[in-house]
Amino acid sequence: MNAMLNILADMGGSFWMPPQASQIAPDVDWLFFFIFWICTFFFLLVLVLLVGFSWKYRYREGQPMLDAPKHSTALELTWTFIPTVIVIVIFFYGFKGYLRMMIPPPDAYEVDVTAHMWDYTFMYPNGQISDDTNLHIPIDTPVVFVMSSTDVLHGFYMPEFRIKRDIVPGRYVKLWVVATKLGTFDLFCTQYCGQDHSSMRRKVIVEPRADFVNWVNNLGGGNMTPPQRGHFLWNTRGCSSCHSVDGTWTGKAPTWKDLYGSTVHNVDGDHLADENYLLDVISHPNIHPIASFQPIMPPTEGLVNDKDIADIIAYIKTLSKNYHAALPVVKPAKK
Amino acid sequence: MSTAQSISHRESKPDNYLTHSRGFLSWALTLDHKRIGLMYLVFVLAAFLFGGTFAELLRTSLLTPNHWMFPSNYPIHTADAALNVANATLNAAHDTEAKLFYNNMFSLHGAVMVFMFIIPAVPAVLGNFILPMMLGAKDVAFPRLNLMSFYIYLIGACFVSWVLMGGILRILFGLHVPFGYGLDTGWTFYTPFSTSKAEDGMVAVVAGVFILGFSSILTGVNFIATIHTLRPRGMTWFRMPLFLWALYATSIIQILATPVLAITLLLLLAERLLHVGIFDSSIGGDPVLFQHFFWFYSHPAVYIMILPGMGVISEVISVHSRKHIFGYNFIAFSSVALALLGFLVWGHHLFVAGQSNLADSIFSLLTFSVAIPSAVKVFNWLATLYRGSIRFTPAMLYSLGFILLFTIGGLTGLFLGALETDVPLHDTYFVIAHFHYVMVGSMVFAFLSGMYHWYPKMSGKMCNQNWGRFAAILLFIGFNVTFFPQFIMGAHGMPRRWATYPAEFQPYHIISTIGAYIMAISLITVALNWLTGLLWGRKAPANPWGGNSLEWHTSSPPPHDNFLVPPVADDPYNLAAWEYDASIDGWVLRKTDPVPAPPDRTRPVAH
Amino acid sequence: MSSASTTETSVHHGGHEHHDPHLAHHFDTPEQQFNSAKLGMWVFLGTEVLMFGGLFCVYSIYRHNYPLVFKFASETYLSTFWGTLNTLILITSSLTMAWGVRAVQLNQKKLLVVCLSLTLLGAGGFLVIKGIEWHAKWNEHVWFGVWNKYNGLNDESFRAPPPAQPTTEPVVAIMPPPPVSIRATDMDANTGIDISQIKPRYDYAFSQTIQAPSVAPSVEKPSPENANEHYRQLSDAAQWRVNTFFSCYFLMTGLHGIHVVVGMGLITWLLIRSLRNDFSSEYFTPVDLIGLYWHLVDLIWIFLFPLLYLIH
Repeated sequence: MNAMLNILADMGGSFWMPPQASQIAPDVDWLFFFIFWICTFFFLLVLVLLVGFSWKYRYREGQPMLDAPKHSTALELTWTFIPTVIVIVIFFYGFKGYLRMMIPPPDAYEVDVTAHMWDYTFMYPNGQISDDTNLHIPIDTPVVFVMSSTDVLHGFYMPEFRIKRDIVPGRYVKLWVVATKLGTFDLFCTQYCGQDHSSMRRKVIVEPRADFVNWVNNLGGGNMTPPQRGHFLWNTRGCSSCHSVDGTWTGKAPTWKDLYGSTVHNVDGDHLADENYLLDVISHPNIHPIASFQPIMPPTEGLVNDKDIADIIAYIKTLSKNYHAALPVVKPAKK
Repeated sequence: MSTAQSISHRESKPDNYLTHSRGFLSWALTLDHKRIGLMYLVFVLAAFLFGGTFAELLRTSLLTPNHWMFPSNYPIHTADAALNVANATLNAAHDTEAKLFYNNMFSLHGAVMVFMFIIPAVPAVLGNFILPMMLGAKDVAFPRLNLMSFYIYLIGACFVSWVLMGGILRILFGLHVPFGYGLDTGWTFYTPFSTSKAEDGMVAVVAGVFILGFSSILTGVNFIATIHTLRPRGMTWFRMPLFLWALYATSIIQILATPVLAITLLLLLAERLLHVGIFDSSIGGDPVLFQHFFWFYSHPAVYIMILPGMGVISEVISVHSRKHIFGYNFIAFSSVALALLGFLVWGHHLFVAGQSNLADSIFSLLTFSVAIPSAVKVFNWLATLYRGSIRFTPAMLYSLGFILLFTIGGLTGLFLGALETDVPLHDTYFVIAHFHYVMVGSMVFAFLSGMYHWYPKMSGKMCNQNWGRFAAILLFIGFNVTFFPQFIMGAHGMPRRWATYPAEFQPYHIISTIGAYIMAISLITVALNWLTGLLWGRKAPANPWGGNSLEWHTSSPPPHDNFLVPPVADDPYNLAAWEYDASIDGWVLRKTDPVPAPPDRTRPVAH
Repeated sequence: MSSASTTETSVHHGGHEHHDPHLAHHFDTPEQQFNSAKLGMWVFLGTEVLMFGGLFCVYSIYRHNYPLVFKFASETYLSTFWGTLNTLILITSSLTMAWGVRAVQLNQKKLLVVCLSLTLLGAGGFLVIKGIEWHAKWNEHVWFGVWNKYNGLNDESFRAPPPAQPTTEPVVAIMPPPPVSIRATDMDANTGIDISQIKPRYDYAFSQTIQAPSVAPSVEKPSPENANEHYRQLSDAAQWRVNTFFSCYFLMTGLHGIHVVVGMGLITWLLIRSLRNDFSSEYFTPVDLIGLYWHLVDLIWIFLFPLLYLIH
């Protein structure tokens, strides 16, 4: 029976389910199709009875009323008892699979996931953060995601892996998986988290283990210049989801283009956007709110360190027309 | 007998509850449960219209992966750098507007439909109108309280409308009314988003829902007292029509669950306005605690929505197939079982939200227990059809549709109750489709079925049956076209509450949106059908379908006091007591009752 | 009217129900009406219990999580004297209410007025004492949530800033030192797992205010001599949770207070009607029902008092 259901699962896979890319996916799909065929059977039973009775016993003129029992305890107990047995069986399979799905092995490789409005940050055990905003994991390796949120509820859902968990602010949540297929898969936020909830999607890139190790070891942008690294941080630490660098108005936060050296009209007065101002507002978000934006910048503590902030400031400066990198033209001193 | 009297009564053109008194105040201050029921009907249908409009708008917005109604694809890679920046800015602005629009639409759709339409629809409209008549009573136990709960409903509705008005004022004139703009939390108001980041409109809506809850509680109190103390002679508990059993079970849930919602919403408001730190994690609260509180109400609320619908179906199936209901006791007990079990399963909304694995498995097991009474009901309805004489009236078509859609809705619940399959399906369109099959496919079908069943009693007119049949079939088709594709895209991973989505899901969304338009056409047909019936319909006989519950023993529409003579309750499904009379196109009591009186008619018969 | 034909007749009333101004048209007998009203009131009181049940649930969860904080906050800031006095006052007012119901059943109308007045007085006294207590909390800056001096939270993202009042020093967010660039160069490329040996360089993601140290309930039981010292330590470690206790305190006593105010309104209405001589041994439904309500308000306080004031 198992074999049959598995064949059916594979047949229906493309229609009902996305491809299977994790160790738990065949398990989940087996149960899905087990329930599916039970449901199909009962739905067809109800449909046939309903249509059959409706047609056979439709009202026709002059037809005498037929006699029928008002109840039948045996029959009613039967259709109380059979569903009871079936749901207990389904519960049992669902429960067993759930435990397999939820309890991570002790030696799993840890990836820290920080969710914030509206992005994820993936940090690897060497303290470095994924540099292309996507989640990279090695194939055939148990990976546990230790997840936290800096603001509101978020979701962490990988359809091809069949796993999901809400990320709850104020606590850590764990989820684990073994990827079984190389390639690029989806990562969706499934818990409503505000305006750009639907933009909160990333890719999961499953790599061969050697490639993955190589990738992890080269994270961090260590060989970049400070402005380059600032750009890299803008891209990877979630800044880019609200701050543009080309003057685009995002509606969520001021652009960094020409920010340095300009006068910012804050709620608490005007400020000249110099290095100290930038340091202030990066390390203490929303300390000087701007009237036209919601104070939604998440806490940056832990997300960026002093070196990161310095690099970001260096990058912001290069974006500004008020910053002059070249040597100023100096008139030759008169003799 | 009372019917003979009431029919002659009808022919002598006495006043009925509609003509009993005139003028605005005679309606606004009425204590008559029938008039209060009709007033509820007007506002509940208005809420349905608004909620439906929001649904159509958001389905329209989902036709393309990137909200085509607010285009944000102006070119940004042209040769003109200034144009690029301008276009990019425009794109970002449109993107923000589109997402705000979508988030408001789905939140308002949910909040209006759940709190202002589905919950009051059957109990407050049909329940108010029919319950006292089914009991042979003149009114509910507390008529003043009944009127009060109607006005509380209106006040709550005003709070919600405040946000609606605020949104319109802001869009059209750029005005910002306090607490008047934007509900972007979803109808579930999950913290900490709702308490720290959401738009201000959330405060008004939560206050409105809090007030609506009191309306619901008071209606529940009223119905329970009425059923306990105003049953007529001859009506034992197990001779009550099943609709009353369903309303009784519903009322139990209303009084047990709604106070918990009330305190939850109070805490939510306190959190939002005073920052008390109960639910908001940034000041020491626990967001998952809010979810427990919220679903402790909102899961039983699902049964507030569906149980009265099931009661309607039990009445309609029996009457329109001219058959005694099959297995009365099992249906009655399954209603009560659903009401009680409904309290024990709220945790299945938190399977992926961070409760312990132990709690997950207990709630999963309890969740499956709900499947059993549901299955019992479906099979009992099917058995009622067996050897019947089935009339395909609009009411009956909606009921048959109900059985099929409820079966699908219930069976897909198995996927969500099983822990392992729930994990990938949770918070996807699979869940959306599942609960729309239960809420719309079942509850709305039951409401329409009940409305067609009791329309002659309420209005005293008959509406065009063929148009009614057409609308019923069209709604069934439109509904399945709308929601069945959502099962598939949900299984493929499409999360709910997404304003934009990956292009691979577009075909499903297009089919779904087409279905939504078909549903709109069908519901407009229903509305026109009722209106034309009201204006030009033929006069309704006292008993157009041949039902035997007590409301059919009085004229259509009933007199102010419902009955000229207090009726005596018989087996409500003893349909053989009536025979068809072609001259009035209705049913009259047989001259000689072929069914011997049941031996347990214990109390003396008056008159 | 149908009621004329029933076999049951009113005990209190001589039979001519038509003349009873209090009998609504849809009831057959005054008993039926009275029973309906009483049943409705009991059901409604059930909903009230459930509503408070939500708050009790919140209280139990946080007390279970932070038992020492609750003990500390209760013993330090709540006065058992005022609490006990209020309990006595409320119990007395419940007694006078019950006496009033008895009086009206026996048709002792003057006694009813006296009893209702005493009940009203008790309710007022209760609120005055409650006001004194709340005022003291205000003076000590121990209000709910962010208005509590122990909160120590200075988060600009709140729309409404807390009222200006002296607070303890905000927790300063200290930036961790810049990282030593960690490269697991000696790692086995085949296993790759070894890099998990390298711990994250700092506790990221949560600011110190959010990730405040939780209470460790396992510390050894303090002996009476060093109890004060113990609490001081506790308040240092867990001070930000004290606001949760006061959130519970104010929400519970506040909601109860609202019920007391509503009760006072209802009793005043009863008093006016009883002065107008509306009630008699034949018709006293409102007195009876509001009496039930008042007993419930009393009962809820009986639960609140030990939960809030007598934590051990």
